[in-house]
Amino acid sequence: MGKKVALTGNEAAAHAIRQINPDVIAAFPITPSTPIPQAVAQFIADGEMDTELVTVESEHSAMSACIGAAAAGGRVMTATSANGYALMWEMLYIASGMRLPIVMAVVARALSAPLNIHGDHSDIMGGRDTGWIQIISENSQEAYDNLIQAVKIAENKDVMTPALVAQDGFNTSHTIEIWELEDDNKVKEFIGEYTPLFPLLNTDDPVTHGAWAPPNWYFEHKINQLKGLLDSKEVVEKVGKEFGDTFGRYYGLYEDYKLDDAEYVIVAAGSVCGTTKDVVDNLRENGIKAGLLKIRLFRPFPYRELAEALQSAKAIAVLDRVSPAGAQGGPLFTEIRSALYDTQTRAPVINYTYGLGGRDTQPRHINSVFETLKKIVETGKVEKQFDCLNLRGEWR
Amino acid sequence: MALLNELAKKKEGLVSGHRLCPGCTHSVIMRQVFAVAETDKYDIVVAAATGCFEVSTGLYPYTSWNVPWIHTAFENAASTISGVEAMYRALKKKGKLNKEIRFIAVASDGGTYDIGLQALSGAIERGHQFLYICNDNNAYQNTGNQRSSATPFAGSTTTSPNGKVKFGKEQPRKDIVSIIEGHHLPYTAQASPSNWRDLMNKIKKALDINGPTYINVLEPCTTGWGFPPHMAIEIAQLAVDTCVWPLYEVIKGKVVINYKPKKKLPVTEYLKPQKRFAHLFKKGNEHLIEEFQKQVDAHWEWLLKREECGIEYGV
Ligand SMILES: Cc1ncc(C[n+]2csc(CCOP(=O)(O)OP(=O)(O)O)c2C)c(N)n1
Ligand code: SF4
Ligand SMILES: [Mg+2]
Repeated sequence: MGKKVALTGNEAAAHAIRQINPDVIAAFPITPSTPIPQAVAQFIADGEMDTELVTVESEHSAMSACIGAAAAGGRVMTATSANGYALMWEMLYIASGMRLPIVMAVVARALSAPLNIHGDHSDIMGGRDTGWIQIISENSQEAYDNLIQAVKIAENKDVMTPALVAQDGFNTSHTIEIWELEDDNKVKEFIGEYTPLFPLLNTDDPVTHGAWAPPNWYFEHKINQLKGLLDSKEVVEKVGKEFGDTFGRYYGLYEDYKLDDAEYVIVAAGSVCGTTKDVVDNLRENGIKAGLLKIRLFRPFPYRELAEALQSAKAIAVLDRVSPAGAQGGPLFTEIRSALYDTQTRAPVINYTYGLGGRDTQPRHINSVFETLKKIVETGKVEKQFDCLNLRGEWR
Repeated sequence: MALLNELAKKKEGLVSGHRLCPGCTHSVIMRQVFAVAETDKYDIVVAAATGCFEVSTGLYPYTSWNVPWIHTAFENAASTISGVEAMYRALKKKGKLNKEIRFIAVASDGGTYDIGLQALSGAIERGHQFLYICNDNNAYQNTGNQRSSATPFAGSTTTSPNGKVKFGKEQPRKDIVSIIEGHHLPYTAQASPSNWRDLMNKIKKALDINGPTYINVLEPCTTGWGFPPHMAIEIAQLAVDTCVWPLYEVIKGKVVINYKPKKKLPVTEYLKPQKRFAHLFKKGNEHLIEEFQKQVDAHWEWLLKREECGIEYGV
C-alpha cells in the first residue's frame, strides 16, 4: 500500500516522473501541463532526481530533442497539452516511426481557435493516428499509475513504441484528489532498467538512425511499426496485471462499471467517467440497469474486447469530448459503432459531444443521456443520432 | 596540421557510394571535417537535417556514414543534436558511458537560415556542446532550387525566377553569421572548401571548444547554380576572391578576417560562369550587377571596419 496524498493530477504526473527518473526530459510550458515541467525542475534543483532537463524553445524542439535523446540511448519523457501537442505533430510520427519508446504526459486541452486553455480531447484525438500508444486516465491516481506502466509498455522489446498518458486539463490536472503515492524504490524496481537496442552513442558500432525509405521499403517499415503498436495490447494487459500484483490496483484494456447486465450504457473516456459512475449508482438504486464502459487504452483500439463488453446493452451513448469535425460522429463513436458491426447486437448507438473548451458536464447532463437511452428503448426510435450536452440552444 | 599524405590516410567518416550529384561539394566539405577531426581523442556523432546531403547519404537499406548518424526532420538538426548531447551528459554523469564524443549538426541554408533558425537559436542559447555546420548552397536544392533567405540578390531560382518583368530574387541575402554571433557563442566562422586549410583550421578550433560553435560554409551546387561539375572548387575560390564570401571568424564579438585577396576581383568574375546569374549579363540589366557589387562591397567594408576596431566583449 502506498501513502495517501492529497495532490493534483499534475502533481501525480510529476511524482511519477520523479520516481521514473528518466535520463532526459525535454519540455516546453503550456497550460494546463506547465506545472509538470515546473515540478520536475524543482525536483532536480532539490536533488530529488538527476534527469537532464532540456528547456527547449518550442514543443517542436521538445519532441525533436526527445527523439535525439531516445535514439542516443536512454529513458526519455516529456509533457505537453493542446497547441504544444499540435506543434509536435510532425515529430510525433517520427518518434513512432523511429520506434523510440518515449513516454509523454498529455494534459488534454482544447485547440485554438478560439484560444481556450481548458480541458477537452481535441489534442489527443487529433493525434490518434500518430502511431503512439494512447492511454487515457480518469483521475490523478490513474494518471500516476498509467505513467509508470507506460514506461514498461513502451520499452517492451515487442513494442518499442512511444506512449502517451492523458489526463483531463483542469478537471484532473488542477483538482486536488486523494490518491496513493507508492514507494520510490518499489516504483524503480517495477519499471526496471532500460537497455536500448541500437544506441546512437555506441560509437564502436556506428548506426544510422532515420534513413529515408523509398517506395520499395517504406511500406514494410510502416507495417512493422504497426505490429509493434498492435502487440502493445497484450503488453498493456500484462503490465496492468503486474502493476496490480505489486501495488494492488489492477488495470485492463478498459474498465467496465456495472456493465454485466447493463441495458443503458455510456461509453466515455477521461474525467467524465467519475461523474458518470455517480449517476450510474443513483440509477441502479432506482432499479434502472445503467452502466459505463470506460475507455482506457484508446490506441491501439481494443475493438473486439470493447464490442464484446457492450453485448448486453439495449441502447448505447458514446460521449466524445471533441467535435466530430465533419465525420459521422466523434472518433470514439465511429470506432465503437464500427466495432459493433461485426457482433450480434444491433442496439442503437448515439453520440454526444460534450465538455468542449472546459464546458462543465454535470450529473444532470449525464442523467439526460440515460433518459434518452431509455426513451430509445421504449419507443424503438432514435430521434437524434448526434447531439450536444450543455450547449446553448439546439446544436442544429 | 598533418601532412597531406597523412591526412589522406585518415579514417573516413563519410564513405564513397553516396548519391550526391557528381561535383557536389557537400561531401568535399565533410571529408575535410573528418580529415581534421582528432578522432584519436574523441569520436564523432552527426545529426543531419533533411536536404540534399541527408537524402544522398542515408537511403535505406544503405548508409554512407561510418560514424553514428541521425536524421529526424528538416527544421530540427539543432534540437535533435541537443537531445543526443543531453543524453550523452546524462549517461556520463551516471557512469554509464565514458567516451569522449564531439557532436556535429549539419544542415544547408534552408534548414539553417529559414525553417531551422528557431531550433538553432535555442540550441546555441542553451549551450550544448555541438558544432553546427551550415553548408550554404544558396537555395533549397533538394526540392529543386527554390529561393531561400540565403539566395543572393538577383539570383534566379525556381521560386524567384528571372522572367519578362522580374529579374530573380529581389532581396539581398540574410546575414546569418551576424544573427548567430548575436548569441555570443564561443566561436563563429565562415569558410569555403576552396580554402581547405582555413576551413580545416576552423573545424579543428570549433571541435576543441566545449560549447556551441557555428561555421557557415559555402557549398557550390553544380545543379542549382548551373556550372559544370568540375568547376565547384573554382567557383568557391571566385566567391572568396570577389569577397562575395569573406573568410572570417568572430570570437567574442571580435572579427578576424582570415583572407584578404591581394586583388579583389569584380563580382562579374563570380557571376559569369553560373547560369543562375546569366540574365544579369543581358543588355539593360547592368544596374543589377552594379547593385550586386554594391552589396558585396558594403558588407566587405563593414567587415574590414569591424576588424580594424577590434572590439571584444567580456574584456
Ligand atoms: C517541414 C518541412 N517542410 C518542407 C520540407 C520539404 N523539403 C525537404 S528538403 C527541403 C529543402 C532543403 O533545403 P536546404 O536546407 O537548403 O538543403 P539543400 O537541399 O539545399 O542541401 C525542403 C523544402 C520538409 N521536408 N519538411
Ligand atoms: S543539387 Fe546541388 S547540393 Fe544537391 S546534391 Fe546536387 S550539387 Fe549537391
Ligand atoms: Mg540549400
